[in-house]
Amino acid sequence: MSTLTRQTLSHLDWLEAEAIHIMREVAGQCSNPVLLFSGGKDSICMLRLAEKAFRPGRFPFPLMHIDTGHNYREVTDFRDKRAAELGERLIVRSVEDSMARGTVVLKHPGESRNKHQSVTLLEAIEEFGFNACIGGARRDEEKARAKERIMSFRDEFGQWDPKNQRPELWNLYNARSHKGENIRAFPISNWTELDVWQYIQREELELPSIYFAHVRPVVRKGDLLQPVTELTPARPDDKIEDMRVRFRTVGDITCTAPVESDADTVAKILLETASTTITERGATRMDDQTSEASMEQRKKEGYF
Amino acid sequence: MSAPEQLPDHDHGLLRFLTCGSVDDGKSTLIGRLLFDTKTILVDTLSAIEKTSAKRGMSAVDLSLLTDGLQAEREQGITIDVAYRYFSTGTRKYIIADAPGHEQYTRNMVTAASTANLAIILIDARKGMLTQTRRHSYLASLVGIPHLLVAVNKMDLVDYDQATFERIRADYLAFAAKLGIGDVRFIPLSALNGDMIVDRGERLAWYDGPTLLEILESAPAAHTEQAEDFRFPVQFVCRPQDSSNPELHDYRGFMGRVESGEVAVGDPVTVLPSGARSRIKTIELGGAKLARAIHEQSVTLLLEDEIDISRGDLIVKSSEAAEPVKEIDAIVCWLAEAPLSTARTYLVRHTTREVKAKVARIDYRLDVNTLAQEPASVLTMNDIARVTLKLAQPIVADAYRSNRATGAFIVIDESTNNTVGAGMIA
Repeated sequence: MSTLTRQTLSHLDWLEAEAIHIMREVAGQCSNPVLLFSGGKDSICMLRLAEKAFRPGRFPFPLMHIDTGHNYREVTDFRDKRAAELGERLIVRSVEDSMARGTVVLKHPGESRNKHQSVTLLEAIEEFGFNACIGGARRDEEKARAKERIMSFRDEFGQWDPKNQRPELWNLYNARSHKGENIRAFPISNWTELDVWQYIQREELELPSIYFAHVRPVVRKGDLLQPVTELTPARPDDKIEDMRVRFRTVGDITCTAPVESDADTVAKILLETASTTITERGATRMDDQTSEASMEQRKKEGYF
Repeated sequence: MSAPEQLPDHDHGLLRFLTCGSVDDGKSTLIGRLLFDTKTILVDTLSAIEKTSAKRGMSAVDLSLLTDGLQAEREQGITIDVAYRYFSTGTRKYIIADAPGHEQYTRNMVTAASTANLAIILIDARKGMLTQTRRHSYLASLVGIPHLLVAVNKMDLVDYDQATFERIRADYLAFAAKLGIGDVRFIPLSALNGDMIVDRGERLAWYDGPTLLEILESAPAAHTEQAEDFRFPVQFVCRPQDSSNPELHDYRGFMGRVESGEVAVGDPVTVLPSGARSRIKTIELGGAKLARAIHEQSVTLLLEDEIDISRGDLIVKSSEAAEPVKEIDAIVCWLAEAPLSTARTYLVRHTTREVKAKVARIDYRLDVNTLAQEPASVLTMNDIARVTLKLAQPIVADAYRSNRATGAFIVIDESTNNTVGAGMIA
């Protein structure tokens, strides 16, 4: 017996279908795209989406990571392992190489290299002639991102002009660019942190271990926990505590803070995420807190 | 906030809606209130806007600050661009497109409306219907938003007076009848005090309808009421040609998203514009084989016969065919600083196909405030007009009214690659 009620997609299926559609548009419209893969949870979702979009074929783009040289070993090891499992080409370009070339100059040796990734990214785009970079940024992460297009145009200096963005209507994406310019494409723009964790759970995606609760020496700095590492050693007057923590985002060691947590499974993280009271970046990113507009500023300069 | 016992494992999908109104209507406050009362706003965001509110000398927390994204917007205290906001009730996920209300930003409203299935039209209870109310309503109906929700805000400033609400409702209905807008609902509210948004409050006892959130929770999502005809624009052709795997040697997968209708294995299909026919052999999604694919699903189709198909082709059911056309009549909204020139050649992107096009004539320009049709020889930014386009190659189109996906197109200026126009096929 037929029914009049039509089957509909759950919100997660809808988000997945949208992301696959966007990836295929990039592949269909751009001659030389690249997918940015850091080993972080959002880009791990991106790889699963790329599999769903393009298998049994190979990905129509290589993977690339801009490495500050200050990433957690657990994450870079995972990055290499995952790329090898998929049999896809991984390009790694390093901020340290830009420093050696003299194109990145730190104000002082201890300055965070995070924002300097933009320079290395632009150099890599030029080296390989990429005309589209697919990234895992989400609009809910940060208020400047909330205004960004799914296909976001960058001029030949890699700059984002928030007041002069291409209108983006229906699902008719315009990924055209002239030589030297490029498009940043964000297939999971419409996902939230909770959606990402729900997707990780549903797809049973493997993650670097530091996403799960573990004991680690930390120092309290205001509202943030700073991990004690070779790069971020404790000062003489710091009180070092061994705390059970997990990372909500993984990035440059010098600017990524863990949160106190007992969640050692995806299911437990999901419950924590659903009931959290602090934003993802608010709890974990030291670099976004310098000013109200710091992400916007970095994006204008070519940052992801 | 208490932690939920467990997360629901099924949901009512996703609803995209649009809010239109100007700063003065309290639009940002309404959105802030929705996010705040559904506990989407987190503590650190709240403390940041508390600080800003205090800095600007306000006594209460200004929830409208939540939707300011860009530096220039904060400096000028206005919203420049469409912003997207997210919240979830546990049973449904929502995407809000927040469109600025200023006259010069009509293009933003059309942009935001293009993906929305419901529009909230805000009216200031003290002012009643304004020119911009008519404009927003007209644009929402033009872009084919099937459900309008007229929110009469600032009821606190008219002593929650029922007669004021009823008068605005009557005014609006008289106007809506002229536009042919079908589904309109009305709700009185105070975004400032949170009355009738998520909680009912105590001051609108005379109103016995659902709260704003209840209306959103029960609104039909797009996928339940789209056109029935199966439309599958091919985005990408997968030919692995993997010599180590003989099974894949002849694999030809046609990748795309079901833009409307549905399709099942065995269905006879026609490829347009060539007209070649075959049957669906396999439907794949991430390695899984499906018996059918439904609206909005991204899948890979394999056909029984070897047919030459590439990006830009459209796969339809043979019983639901459409005609390729080389001339189209359309309503176009001009989005660019540079005016439309009838002497120039543009690029039209329709589904996954790009064709060169020229504007053969501008039939008339619409005054979006009075709906009057005026002759025009040129279109400038924010103009809306009926035009006739001649295409270099045929496209397979439906009328926008019957199919939003195959009835819509964008116009691209090849010299800048900018998106300069949005079109809806008549």
